[in-house]
Amino acid sequence: MRKYYMFFKVRFASGLQYRMASITALTTQLIWGIMECFAFKAIAEAMGTGLPMEYSSIVTYIWLKEAFLALFSTWTGDKDIFSLIQNGGVSYELCRPVSVYSMWFARIVGGRGSEALLRCIPVLICAFLLPGTLRMSLPVSIEAFVLFLVTLVLAVGVAVALCMFVNMLCFFTISPQGWRMVLLGSADFFMGNVIPLPFFPERFRKVVEWLPFPYMQNVPFRVYSGDLPVADLGPVMAKQVLWLVILVAAGLCTWKFVEKKIVVQGG
Amino acid sequence: MSLRKSISLYIRYAAICVRSIMEYKLSFGLMIFGRCMIAFTEFLAIRFLFDGLTEIKGYTYGDVLLCFSVMHMAFTLAELFGNGFKVFSGIVKSGEFDRMLLRPCSPILQIMGTRFEIGRTGPLITSTITLCIGIAESKVSWNLLTALTLALMIVGATFLFIGLYMLGASFCFFTIEDTSILNALTYGAKEHGKYPIDVYGRGVLRFCTFVIPYTLVQYYPLQFLLGRSTNRVLGLYPVGVVVFLAICYGVWCAGVRNYKSCGS
Repeated sequence: MRKYYMFFKVRFASGLQYRMASITALTTQLIWGIMECFAFKAIAEAMGTGLPMEYSSIVTYIWLKEAFLALFSTWTGDKDIFSLIQNGGVSYELCRPVSVYSMWFARIVGGRGSEALLRCIPVLICAFLLPGTLRMSLPVSIEAFVLFLVTLVLAVGVAVALCMFVNMLCFFTISPQGWRMVLLGSADFFMGNVIPLPFFPERFRKVVEWLPFPYMQNVPFRVYSGDLPVADLGPVMAKQVLWLVILVAAGLCTWKFVEKKIVVQGG
Repeated sequence: MSLRKSISLYIRYAAICVRSIMEYKLSFGLMIFGRCMIAFTEFLAIRFLFDGLTEIKGYTYGDVLLCFSVMHMAFTLAELFGNGFKVFSGIVKSGEFDRMLLRPCSPILQIMGTRFEIGRTGPLITSTITLCIGIAESKVSWNLLTALTLALMIVGATFLFIGLYMLGASFCFFTIEDTSILNALTYGAKEHGKYPIDVYGRGVLRFCTFVIPYTLVQYYPLQFLLGRSTNRVLGLYPVGVVVFLAICYGVWCAGVRNYKSCGS
């Protein structure tokens, strides 16, 4: 009996370890969000009427960003695919009778989706319960909420397609960590993770809007709070679809090219 | 072991780490460039925000840049020297710490030496540039005392971060797993320390004074540096980090005494 109790105890402790990890992650995210809200409050007070986005929209944007961090964060996730490329495990993947591109795409979406789902609930609950100006607001209208969900799905598609494209580029170099950092680090900024896009200067923003980055989290998070009016959404969603198609096509073409020349380094 | 011997050993360790990284020159270059770029985008964000702003709570663009540079520089230096503490759970889990304890020199020296990571210095380039812009833009009256204050802020903040890493590593003695419980505090301070702490309101200011003494290296010396206060003693506040460091060291020692090998 004693040994079973020990098994139980070990498993329980390691489970708690994970719970500990998720609690610390939640605390980190809450601290992060609150600090950002405070900073933008001071900025909003200083800017006065010149503020390009309403303060309540900014707060909602910040909380949505924290809640769905796993969906759009360019750092975490897909590490297993990355190591497959690095340690030669990709040769096993090639043996499977499925399209490697689609398989990896599905895997990334699944991984990010499940993590986001687990993480978003506690963050959102806390964000709705926070006092005063820190509280996240409800969507402006039902249409806005529905379109939020639609654009969120498209945005995840664009984000994963971009990530896949970068992954494909990793085949061309043996030490891809650096490339990834350069590409994804700048993506982080252009998609509005550091400051929301309305804070970019007019001319700069015009240029950035030609890139795929603003069609990720920027769209759904601003639709939710009404900062991006539902009426103007047609062309934006068209561009989202367009970028999704372009990036998937680019990723697939690169893969087709890579597939022929692949050199497995180790494994 | 004498101090001189320790230092020469540390340099030896660091040199070996540098040499091993230099085996992959392209990767190293891109790593530096990538990290430098990321820090640059953060600077760009401040630049963009100040397009529509003249000041936040009385702090101008130059003042904020000074703050940003100090915190980034300190964080990068702390990562460079204290990286071993950051990855300490790995050292414990692999049983490497057991071996370290057997060697006739301080485990702290070995931890800091063996994980010296020169690839993390990218943001140092950015923060040096932003520091220059900050110095040019802010209206600080430069003299020996203000220059000393600025230097103390950077050094003090570096030691503060290293202290936090050490504290985080000490928790590994009790939990083995990497709890990353202090990440919110270290990364958070780098990220949000770009604005003087009073921008965030009184509550945060109190927390950063009495719980983790960030204000010692940022808010208080800054008041003197920017001429908002004439009290010269404020400029010497970063020295107070020594107390915090001593507490962290105490916790570390308690951890080492408590250490049981995890057997791999």
